[in-house]
Amino acid sequence: MAQTVQGETGVWEMVIGLEVHAQITAKSKLFSGAATQFGAEPNSQVSLVDAAMPGMLPVINEYCVEQSVRTGLGLNAQINNFSVFERKNYFYPDLPQGYQISQFEHPIVGKGEIEVDLPDGSVKVIGITRLHMEQDAGKSMHDQHPTKSYVDLNRSGCALMEIVSEPDIRGADEATAYINKLRMILRYLGTCDGNMDEGSMRADVNLSMRRPGEEMGTRCEIKNVNSVKAVQQAIAYEADRQVEILENGGEIVQETRLWDPVKNETRSMRSKEEAHDYRYFPDPDLLPLEIANDWIEDIRKTLPELPDEKKHRFIEDYKLSAYDAGVLIAEHARAHYFETVTKGRDTKLAANWVINELLGRLNKDNTPLESSPVSAEHLGELVGLIEDKTISGRIAKDVFDIMIESGKDPATIVEEQGLKQVTDTGAIEGIIDEVLAENADKVEQYKAGKDKLFGFFVGQVMKKSQGKANPAAVNELLKTKLS
Amino acid sequence: MSNAPSELTNLTIAQALKGLENKDFTSKELTQAHIDSVEAHDKLNAFVTKTPELALQQADASDKRRASGDAKPLDGIPLAIKDLYCTKGVRTTASSHILENFVPTYESTVSQNLFDDGIVMLGKTSLDEFAMGSSNMTSYFGNVINPWRSTSAPDIELTPGGSSGGSASAVAARMAMGATGTDTGGSIRQPASFCGISGIKPTYGRCSRWGVIAFASSLDQAGPMARTVEDCALMLTSMAGHDPKDSTSADIKVPDFSAALTGDIRGLKVGIPKEYRMDGTPAEIDALWDQGIEWLKESGAEIVDVSLPHTKYALPTYYIIAPAEASSNLARYDGVRYGLRIEGDNLIETYENTRAEGFGDEVKRRIMIGTYVLSAGYYDAYYVKAQRVRRLIAQDFENAYKQCDVILTPTAPSEAFALGQEEEDPIKMYLNDVFTVSVNLAGLPGLSLPTGLSANGLPLGLQIIGKSWDEETVLRVGGVLEKAANFVAMPDSSILKAA
Repeated sequence: MAQTVQGETGVWEMVIGLEVHAQITAKSKLFSGAATQFGAEPNSQVSLVDAAMPGMLPVINEYCVEQSVRTGLGLNAQINNFSVFERKNYFYPDLPQGYQISQFEHPIVGKGEIEVDLPDGSVKVIGITRLHMEQDAGKSMHDQHPTKSYVDLNRSGCALMEIVSEPDIRGADEATAYINKLRMILRYLGTCDGNMDEGSMRADVNLSMRRPGEEMGTRCEIKNVNSVKAVQQAIAYEADRQVEILENGGEIVQETRLWDPVKNETRSMRSKEEAHDYRYFPDPDLLPLEIANDWIEDIRKTLPELPDEKKHRFIEDYKLSAYDAGVLIAEHARAHYFETVTKGRDTKLAANWVINELLGRLNKDNTPLESSPVSAEHLGELVGLIEDKTISGRIAKDVFDIMIESGKDPATIVEEQGLKQVTDTGAIEGIIDEVLAENADKVEQYKAGKDKLFGFFVGQVMKKSQGKANPAAVNELLKTKLS
Repeated sequence: MSNAPSELTNLTIAQALKGLENKDFTSKELTQAHIDSVEAHDKLNAFVTKTPELALQQADASDKRRASGDAKPLDGIPLAIKDLYCTKGVRTTASSHILENFVPTYESTVSQNLFDDGIVMLGKTSLDEFAMGSSNMTSYFGNVINPWRSTSAPDIELTPGGSSGGSASAVAARMAMGATGTDTGGSIRQPASFCGISGIKPTYGRCSRWGVIAFASSLDQAGPMARTVEDCALMLTSMAGHDPKDSTSADIKVPDFSAALTGDIRGLKVGIPKEYRMDGTPAEIDALWDQGIEWLKESGAEIVDVSLPHTKYALPTYYIIAPAEASSNLARYDGVRYGLRIEGDNLIETYENTRAEGFGDEVKRRIMIGTYVLSAGYYDAYYVKAQRVRRLIAQDFENAYKQCDVILTPTAPSEAFALGQEEEDPIKMYLNDVFTVSVNLAGLPGLSLPTGLSANGLPLGLQIIGKSWDEETVLRVGGVLEKAANFVAMPDSSILKAA
């Protein structure tokens, strides 16, 4: 479902490639032992290497390499046995070395692909061009002093993966689906927390327009696109901007543009002529990275079940709808929660309770699943109580409310509150007899043919039982008594 | 033995260690004699920073260790440290204005290794700024003076060579028993040759580069400078070793290098590369070389003619790769975090002011060359091609070593020249490295030792190049050559008399 733009002179198609920078989840930095925790005091997590003191040398963090290989495997990509760290040279105060150690000609991960789920329910394959490792820069702060800028080097040297997609993306919906899927995979793998607010995932958008079926046009790169919403807005703005230029007979200038989330526009940052000459060359302080196939296979063995596999298994094994399965696998923790709830129980009932009752409620309360007051075990017990008819679905909702507030297990609540469903026919018969005796006139009317009154009797019996009577038993017994 | 200061400063490290062990003198006495010599030779300008108080403290501690039977291999030996090695709490400048007041909070691995083995540090020796030069004239702290004088022009001050010129001058003038150097294209061997001392550039990866201020990372290597081959071996044993903080440092066992000096080179094959007979080399240098060949032959070595066909490309290759790496390595000196900072009205101006004032001409020249050869459109023609030639040069040596065990060449194409003589012509200055750069490009060990005097009475050195990780054979041949040459000449007496 390619997204097109209707211009004055016809239809235009978007051609989009995304470069996603994902911070590797690791305790220490890519080339130093300094910590990587987010939100620490400025410049409190800076080693001599991160500050580029004279004579300091980088040493590769093996765990970050492992995380990159794991990510490559999760993206169904080629892992390169040989890769090279190069220096990307440019001056900026938050880049202490005066160069960023990155990979250029020989990245650690080559071509791969992922399946993304589009809003219309279809699935599209988006190609991955490459994944390479690099150091993050520090952070410049321009709002701390009237005339000076401050620099925080805590982030300097943190490990990033730059994941570059093929220009396979045809619109904002596909871009959104791609980012969401990529984020999901990274989180499943535990290689990036995917937190865009904290900057652990950032995107650059490459976009050009063309007539459907024609050659690719000149592209612009849009930087500073740091949320899914911004990706959508930036694509929409930039597509319109380019179409307007093209339809007025103009040419797109290849350049880097900056997304301004306040003014909702992209603006020129630097043209191709002004583009930095980064003077890449292999970093002589680091040996080429050589990765043995055995090691790659060892890592492959530790891969978790990935979102697509899990989704297919949920549909197959639990007989869930594609939609429900999609909701449940969106987060690894969510899928795990569901599987605990449904263990040995009715899968559709369990899915319904997890999606509609639990997630609905947590969402309303703005509570993440990790801090849910209701544990998966307790919710499972609640589903079990419905299944074995200890309580009705309606009572279960009351019990669930109490669970949310108290965190108690459902059996205790049912016990304490006396909510156990009455299935004892003798007890129900007693109530029915009472109701029929109190409403002798209506019994007469019913027998005279006013069938609609049956519902009234059911309601009265249920009310008298405080909702605890088993509705099916009530129906059956009433029918017998009234016949 | 009487302990006249001049007798103490004339000792070799090996002799001094024996003297200390025999309690002939204390480290404090030995150190004080050298401190006095440093003061007496102040006009040679060999030191950027002197640390006499620290030295005496260290000497005291050393004497206590020795008294309690805990003496380390080099305990109590006063040495000088090239001011490219970061020393904790002691100013480290790289002889540059931009680091004029920089005091590291850390100690380089190699100097730490030496301290762990008990040495005493007399101070930090001057060098060409960021080790870029072959004359010591690019130092921000003024040029160092060679203690030797030409017999034909005794009033003219000579260069000690470079970049480790301060170290070479200090060792030659008996200010220090030995000194550390670094060698990127000849910076240990050429000044050793000019000052009549020995110095070895070990195999790339033998000594850690951690904490040594980088010039050209793929070429830089730390090494010792001393008055005998044995002293170099003693120092190297202490300096070398694997360091997990330097990814290019090799995890290879360090032998006791001094044990390699057996004096026996019978049957050893010594290669003589015909490409090192160059037009324009003074006849006395070729003669010195021939004499060296003769001595080795007499000692039982077999002389083999070898070819290193890509030798003529070594200098241009070096002067692409070294500046390329330097241009990037020196980007960190931007006035933002440490070092000199000359404020401007905005960021770009601050960068420009700081680097314009902080770096000298030669450093700027190399940053510009390096930036140029890495630029888009030139990268393939210069840097990539240079890397290819570098591999061919390394291949040349591999082929040669199929026929021989070591290679003998002159160290430098001239005797020490007058200060300022070559200053105007950078290309001519670069030619000083013609016999030494190939060794760095191939990552091999190379030793220079003095084997004779020029017609002007100035020392001349020969170079022994070995196979990778085979410093032992290099040192063994060096020991034999040293014995045969019996180099006993001393620097200009009028200069030494001042001590």
